[in-house]
Amino acid sequence: MLKETPSQTAGPYVHIGCIPQYSGIDGIYPNDPGCALPADAQGTLIRLGGKIFDGNHDVVKDALVELWQRDGDGDKGIWLRQPTDLSNGFYQFDTVMPAAVLGAPHICLWIVARGINLGLHTRVYFPDEPKNEHDPVLTSAGKRRDTLISTRPDPEEDESDIGFPVYRFDIRLQGERETVFLNV
Amino acid sequence: MKQRSLKQRDYDWHPQALSPDYKSSILRSPTQPLLRVDGLASELDGPAFSPDVIGPLDHNLIQNYAAALGSNGEAIGPRIIVHGRVVDENNRAVPDTLVEVWQANAGGRYRHINEGYIAPLDENFGGCGRCMTDENGCYRFLTVQPGAYPFPNGPNTWRPAHIHFSVFGTAFAQRLITQMYFEGDPLIQHCAILNAIADPKAVQALIGRLDMETSVPMDCLAYRFDIVLRGEGSTPFENRMEGN
Repeated sequence: MLKETPSQTAGPYVHIGCIPQYSGIDGIYPNDPGCALPADAQGTLIRLGGKIFDGNHDVVKDALVELWQRDGDGDKGIWLRQPTDLSNGFYQFDTVMPAAVLGAPHICLWIVARGINLGLHTRVYFPDEPKNEHDPVLTSAGKRRDTLISTRPDPEEDESDIGFPVYRFDIRLQGERETVFLNV
Repeated sequence: MKQRSLKQRDYDWHPQALSPDYKSSILRSPTQPLLRVDGLASELDGPAFSPDVIGPLDHNLIQNYAAALGSNGEAIGPRIIVHGRVVDENNRAVPDTLVEVWQANAGGRYRHINEGYIAPLDENFGGCGRCMTDENGCYRFLTVQPGAYPFPNGPNTWRPAHIHFSVFGTAFAQRLITQMYFEGDPLIQHCAILNAIADPKAVQALIGRLDMETSVPMDCLAYRFDIVLRGEGSTPFENRMEGN
């Protein structure tokens, strides 16, 4: 039996290797891996975004967030990758509402950054979703389950502005309302 | 999609989330225990990448940046091959998986907007590369040996020379980012980030070994760095009887 290679922090310059064009390194790859929703993804478009906060409530502006989910039909996996913006700390994915597979509809996120020694897994669930009640992860999260449920701050504005729903999911690395992270 | 199970991760083997000597971890480490997810889970699948996305120079950090700018310039620094094999904990090859790397140039300077170290940029070095493992799990990069550099962690703290690695495997739960260090580097013992790992054997697992057999005479040295991803475990029983 071998041991897993130990993790090390992605550091502050994770963009160079994972999304080089975002860091200004153009032309080595045709585009940044995971920067766009695959054309054959089925389902209702949604926008998912938010900020990551440290234990001091400061915004983490040098993180990389990866997304893994089912598409709206449940057949296809979608993988995307976005930074928290280097100037304002906001991360944002344009994706589709996932089908309900293995629990209530959810999106898996993995977060790496300077100061994070081992990438953090969490999940995004959706508000007003009846299946949430019986989802095994939400159930075992107990009193902290709300840290895994996104919000929809301004439905009317979304529809008139971009034409599809916007969900907000902030991540708190520690302290009050610390996000539930998963050992999966 | 394939569903299976993975062996439980040994969190004591990895660096601790809170490692006070590595200052950035103090405010960015969760304080609550991780929530254990048993049984089938979405994270047991993951993305697959087509080898078609990999360009002919993607693995060649000596040439890929200049080539993208339309030049045939080459990066300055000791030329090295970095290669190895990606396997799982059961010693099974992980073929066709994406391996991404990034690093500072030979002077210890990253090409990044937030980087402020006085060492100069190399006009022919971008610092990123990628390749897919072959059918035996093997990967190979050509690059220059990165330099050590200071970082704002203490009054005089330095990172040993290292290359960042990102590896996918076949499940999102296998996702791994780590760093390879260089055999014999005297800065290794002083590194707060590496010393966040408690077990000296785990530290050794991150040190690439000089590999004279793979080096190319009159051209470049070689370092070997094997990577182990989480392996498949036994299938969990969803309906296991109490007491079993």
